[in-house]
Amino acid sequence: MSSAWDITFAVKPPRAVFINFPLNHETGKAEDAPLQRRILLDAFKAFETLWAPGQILTLPYVWDPSDRGWEDKDFGPGFELYGTGESLQEGFGEKTLQRAGKTGA
Amino acid sequence: MPIAYIQRTQERYAAFAPYKWAINTEAPWTPLAKPIRDCRLAVITSGGFYLPGQEPFVDNDTSFRVLPKDVNLSQLKIHHHGYRDADADRDPNCVFPMDRLRELEATGVIGELAGALSFVMVYSHRREIQERAPKMIAALKAMGAEAALCVPV
Repeated sequence: MSSAWDITFAVKPPRAVFINFPLNHETGKAEDAPLQRRILLDAFKAFETLWAPGQILTLPYVWDPSDRGWEDKDFGPGFELYGTGESLQEGFGEKTLQRAGKTGA
Repeated sequence: MPIAYIQRTQERYAAFAPYKWAINTEAPWTPLAKPIRDCRLAVITSGGFYLPGQEPFVDNDTSFRVLPKDVNLSQLKIHHHGYRDADADRDPNCVFPMDRLRELEATGVIGELAGALSFVMVYSHRREIQERAPKMIAALKAMGAEAALCVPV
C-alpha cells in the first residue's frame, strides 16, 4: 500500500497500489469501513494480477472532491506533522523534546 | 498531482544531515503461488504500533513487535517520531486495517490471517536491510505467512 508515489517508485517493492491520500491513510479514511474494505479488495486483486516487477497501480480514489489542492498544503514548510492522539503516543524523539513538560517523559 | 515527498522532506529537514533515500533500479519478484483466498496473509506496518505490556520502540532501533491476528485495536499504542495520529487514534483501520482484514477472512476473501509485524523506520536503509529484515523474514516464516500486505505510514 502506498500514498507516497515517489518513495515507492524509488524503493521498488515487488508490487504496489497507490492511493493519493494524505500519509497515514493508506488503507482509507477513518471510520469509513466500506471504503477501507473496497481499498483492500482492490489491493488483493492487484496482488493477484500485477505481473511486472515494480509495477505500481494507481487506485482511483479521491481524498476530498471539494478540495483538489490539499497536496499543495500537505507536508510543506511549517506543516504540523504531529497528531493529537497523545493518549496513544507516550513520546518519541523530537516529540518528547517538544512536549517534555507536558508528558513528563 | 501526488506530493513529491522526497523533495518536501529534504526541504523540511534541510538543517539536518541529509537522509540517504533508497533508490533501487530493480524490484525483487516472487510470484504469488495461489489466490489470496487460499493464502495465509501477514500484515507489516511501519506505524509503530505496539500493545500495552510490550516494550515501546526507541529512536533509531531495528526491533519489531509481533501483534496477534486478534489484536484489539482500541488497546494499541503508537510510538513514532513524526506521525499525524489523530485519525489513526480514532480508527486505526485507516492505516492498520486489522478489523477489515478479519472481516475479509471471515467471508473467505483471505484464506487465513496470520499476525502482524510492527516497527518504526530507522534512519538507515542499510540497517533496515542488514539488521531488521532478516529477523522479520524469520518471524514471517514462523507465522507460516505465504503473502504479506505491507502498509508503510
